[in-house]
Amino acid sequence: MDSWILTLITFIPLVAAVIVLFMKKEQEDLIKRFSLLVSLVPLALSIWLAVDYYQRYLATGVGGMAYELKVPWIPQLNSSYHVGADGLSVPLIFLTTLLSTLSFYYSGRTIKRRVKDFFFLFLLLETGMLGVFVALDFVLFYVFWEIGLVPMYFLIGIWGQPKDRPLYSAIKFFLYTLVGSVAMLLAILAIYFQVGSFDILEAARQQPFANNLTIASLAFWAFMLAFMIKVPSFPFHTWLPDAHTAAPTAGSVILAGVLLKLGAYGILRIVLPIFPTAFQAWAMVIVALGVIGIVYGAFVCVAQTDLKRLIAYSSVSHMGYVMLGIGAAAAGLANVGRYGDSMAMAINGATLQMFNHGIITGGLFFLVGVIYERAHTRDLDKFGGLSAKTPYFYAIMMVTAFASLGLPGLAGFWAEFFTFRGAFDIVTVWAAIGVIGVVMTAAYILWRIIQSVFLGEYDPHKIDHWTDLTDYSEKHEPTDMLAFEKVTMWPLVAFMVFLGLYPVPLLAFFNTAAVEIIQRL
Amino acid sequence: MELLIVLIPLLPFLGFVGITLFTKHNKRLSAGLAIALMAASWIASWIVIFRAFATEHFEKHPFHVPLFAIPTGKSVLELGFVVDNLTAAMLFMVPFVCLMIFWYSWGYMGIGLPAGEHDRRGWPAESGHVDPLASRFFAYISLFATGMLGLVLSDNLVTLFVFWEVMGLCSYLLIGFWFARKYDDPKRITPKQAGLKAFLTTRIGDTIMLAGMMLLYASAAVLTDNQAGLTFSKLFEPQVLEGLQRMSVPVFGSMATLTAILIFWGSIGKSSQWPLHVWLPDAMEGPTPVSALIHAATMVSAGVYLIIRMFPLMLAGVQPALTFLGFIGAFTALFAAVIAVAQNDIKRVLAYSTISQLGYMFAALGIGAYVAATFHLLTHAFFKALLFLSSGSVIHGMEHGEHHVHHEGHHEVHGFDANDMRFMGGLRHKQPWTFIAFVAGGLALSGFPIVTAGFWSKDEILAEAWYGLTHGDKGAGLALFVFILLVLAAFLTAFYTWRQISMTFLGKPRTESAAHAHESSWSMVAPLLILAVFAIFGGFIGVPENFPVLGPLLNNPFHHWIGHFAETLKIKAEVHPFNPIPLLFSVVVALGGLGVSHLIYGRAGKGWQTHDQLDPLEAAMQRVGLGWLYEAMRRKFYFDELYAATVVAFGKGLAKAAAWFDRTVVDGIVNGVGRMGVGVARAAAEFDVVVVDGLVNATAVVAGWAGGLLRLIQTGRVQTYLLVAMMTVFMLLALFMFYL
Repeated sequence: MDSWILTLITFIPLVAAVIVLFMKKEQEDLIKRFSLLVSLVPLALSIWLAVDYYQRYLATGVGGMAYELKVPWIPQLNSSYHVGADGLSVPLIFLTTLLSTLSFYYSGRTIKRRVKDFFFLFLLLETGMLGVFVALDFVLFYVFWEIGLVPMYFLIGIWGQPKDRPLYSAIKFFLYTLVGSVAMLLAILAIYFQVGSFDILEAARQQPFANNLTIASLAFWAFMLAFMIKVPSFPFHTWLPDAHTAAPTAGSVILAGVLLKLGAYGILRIVLPIFPTAFQAWAMVIVALGVIGIVYGAFVCVAQTDLKRLIAYSSVSHMGYVMLGIGAAAAGLANVGRYGDSMAMAINGATLQMFNHGIITGGLFFLVGVIYERAHTRDLDKFGGLSAKTPYFYAIMMVTAFASLGLPGLAGFWAEFFTFRGAFDIVTVWAAIGVIGVVMTAAYILWRIIQSVFLGEYDPHKIDHWTDLTDYSEKHEPTDMLAFEKVTMWPLVAFMVFLGLYPVPLLAFFNTAAVEIIQRL
Repeated sequence: MELLIVLIPLLPFLGFVGITLFTKHNKRLSAGLAIALMAASWIASWIVIFRAFATEHFEKHPFHVPLFAIPTGKSVLELGFVVDNLTAAMLFMVPFVCLMIFWYSWGYMGIGLPAGEHDRRGWPAESGHVDPLASRFFAYISLFATGMLGLVLSDNLVTLFVFWEVMGLCSYLLIGFWFARKYDDPKRITPKQAGLKAFLTTRIGDTIMLAGMMLLYASAAVLTDNQAGLTFSKLFEPQVLEGLQRMSVPVFGSMATLTAILIFWGSIGKSSQWPLHVWLPDAMEGPTPVSALIHAATMVSAGVYLIIRMFPLMLAGVQPALTFLGFIGAFTALFAAVIAVAQNDIKRVLAYSTISQLGYMFAALGIGAYVAATFHLLTHAFFKALLFLSSGSVIHGMEHGEHHVHHEGHHEVHGFDANDMRFMGGLRHKQPWTFIAFVAGGLALSGFPIVTAGFWSKDEILAEAWYGLTHGDKGAGLALFVFILLVLAAFLTAFYTWRQISMTFLGKPRTESAAHAHESSWSMVAPLLILAVFAIFGGFIGVPENFPVLGPLLNNPFHHWIGHFAETLKIKAEVHPFNPIPLLFSVVVALGGLGVSHLIYGRAGKGWQTHDQLDPLEAAMQRVGLGWLYEAMRRKFYFDELYAATVVAFGKGLAKAAAWFDRTVVDGIVNGVGRMGVGVARAAAEFDVVVVDGLVNATAVVAGWAGGLLRLIQTGRVQTYLLVAMMTVFMLLALFMFYL
């Protein structure tokens, strides 16, 4: 079981995708149910994985890479099928399977067009994302990285709303990411020629180009370009608002919830361990871009009028914390003895932010879906007074929005707390600039989202037709969330509250991983 | 014992959860649940503090409850609850005041009354009906109580901050409780805007505080090999404080001073001190129990509690930090009192009064009067909660009168507002119990000598300032400043309080509504009378030991309780000899303020005659050419306008500029690069067709590639230049590496 569980988790969706291909496209209900049921298997396995890893490794105080499987794959290239998971990837695997299952469940009710294609692509996407989190071989990593790209391209292009320019957005997303991929491929080749293998762990042991800063920097930036486009870090972020506005709800959820994390994961799994000296040399640039992302992203949010665009820009701002945390940790390499714990806390902040942003922003995009399916608009000026009409929706949105603004007691807070704790020690001035983002986040969440959509008097003239999702009839007043929408949100809200009150279990994973990363540098 | 301590904040939290998940559709049950659990929390608190009183040398053996430890690298961040002398003093006040206000809310929200036919969610209910969202109200105030109780129990800055922000959330939700409410006057701030303003203004302070916490956390970690965390007892170890003092930073000299000042900004926001004072008066848009609970007795005084808690750090921050504290406090105390004189909204007068009294406490802390500040915090909570609840009762009575007038088919005078004191008058006959309660609270606020709680606590602050002035060395200048400003503020406090009582209760009714007002229900009046007892007699626990006759008799238990605790933290809390001079000052200004006010506003038949007349003080000031000053006071010295024109406009402008920059420049570059890529591809295709006919293999690749791109671009613009450029660079790089 141990060595096969990751393979099972990763490839079950792929097998299901192939089976879906052989189904008749008229059997829509069957396809939907089958996809949902199959996706429960990797979810269950990833829960087992988390519990097992916690009991066997974390509870006994040893972390480290586990569930490894290494089989020769392309012997001529010395590339192997090498997978494994540690404290960093286990929670992210769980995040991926959870958001995927919720997306299948939600899309089962909301996707009406080309159902077979949608579920096929989505299952393929799940395999691609999971593969990135388990791969320990560069070739494998690269293959999974690209597998994730293609289905998302189609999801945006085909199921996007025509008025949101889906083709433009899809191509922009595809080409932008591809630029990064090409850069990454070249850097992978450079590592291969130096190390003689495609093994990621081996590369991290050897730390190639450690004595040649120029070459190391070039390889470092090649990787960083790929990952920073994916994160996305300022100034490579403009594909994100376009992709989000065009993507269908579940696509946005996965895009924000998981795909953005792939970039940050790559930085922590590959760049930081393999190029510590180059990273340290360029750390301040990363820190600066992170802080600019936080503050600039938050300011741009305030001026948005489209709800989905606003949340997309909030991702730019929130992922800035990830960059700040990782950058601060790299800057701390100057004196590991002095900054050890601060570096660990900065990485903990970054990783917590990755997980929490997945839960919270994933939730926010579901909630945008809830309102968009009813109103067929996302224009913030068209709404108002919904808290009186849709109290359940209001309550769920309040929890999610406040989690997003980092309210203590909800999940988002601890990520900001530890990011700033680490950053204030290592890169004090930049961290001090970054806190401006905290104020602006409150401004756009409360002023633009809560106040425009929910407060004030409901004005029936602004939107005269609301779709009632029970039977898709037109009503004059909005209806509250339906059972399937509530069920979709429950697990996410539960995590926001639980991790806000008691972040210890999740930090047990991330902290162990962070300590190990720092030790090996 | 540990369980009992955890239950104190947990019980109201269960109320919040229970109402939201289970009982929200039954308003009576929801309110009952909230009140019952709050009562249980109050009983648990008082059991805990009576055990604390019974413990010998409690200051050395506080009750401690570890909660959990968060892994932070190789160290851990420990979080827990503690009950020490200071917390015990707060636990005496907080749950009791909460319970009184919960009880009062039963009547205020109209629990048990029928639902109004025309009542809409997000609007106040018509008089005599239950609020349509009453369950939500009780859920919110229960969550709030959790926040405040958790805050005073925290043994560390992290959970303190968590609960601090939970309260901020509840404050936001409750200020905007009537989220749909709009006024005829478009310039008047609505509840939803007031809530936003409150949250964002305090958020500025909180963020600065967060920065201070982070610096403190990181610096203390260096000094203790990552062992300190943010636990108070560990932060206040002498070697940590001394280390912080030695750690030099570019601003303010030492790390101790810097962190002390940054953390104080949290209090400036939360306690609505100048220059972040603008939110509290507008927070009065919330229901009145909320104003009493959150914006008078508990949350705003949590800012003071934070500084009391962090006082060893403030002391380590030496003069820069303490002077800052004293300056902001004393300035705000006077500044807000001046504004309060010219306000006509009954709750806004009290709001400015709260700002002013909190300023007193900060000023007291600035001159080192630790015990006096704590004492004033407690007495103020009782009498200010009382005043707010009484004003709520007044407003309820006025709304009833207005309802009656409408019912009779009459129209109320133009611009009528149930909160506006100009439309009141003569209510002492209609609301005798409320009148008694308001006068008790008002006299306590004014510092009416000997028989009110406010007198003892305020007098102690003035005595401490006088002592600092006459005995201090380095702090004498600050003590003088504080003393003068606080004496002036005390005079104005008495003045505006009696103005308020005169306008509201004395004279004759100035509108039909006031003439038809009636006393509120018992569930509202009974808590008033209980709080009135505390507002009068609460001060006797803190009568200075050397005060003639009363001192030896009462033995000042409060000073002993807090003083012993202060000594364990190396805070000076010695008992000063009795000095009649500051006493004389406080008696004269209190009686003088009341007297002058009575001459202007209170004399029967003079003062206020009609609802639309000029304020007698304004008329007097106009006569001597100071009309502009009164106008400035009435307009709150234009701070709202100033901030709207600067900070808010700047923020919005910057947001617009950033959005434009992102769309035009950043994305413009991306699209431009895409277009260049298309151009390169086209050129390559041309080149391929015309020139490179012979090089079949090579051109096939390029043509295919370019053609592919061309096909792509027909649907939109493409970003290929980057691709081309990067590929070229990296291919060159790869070649370069091969030959290294």
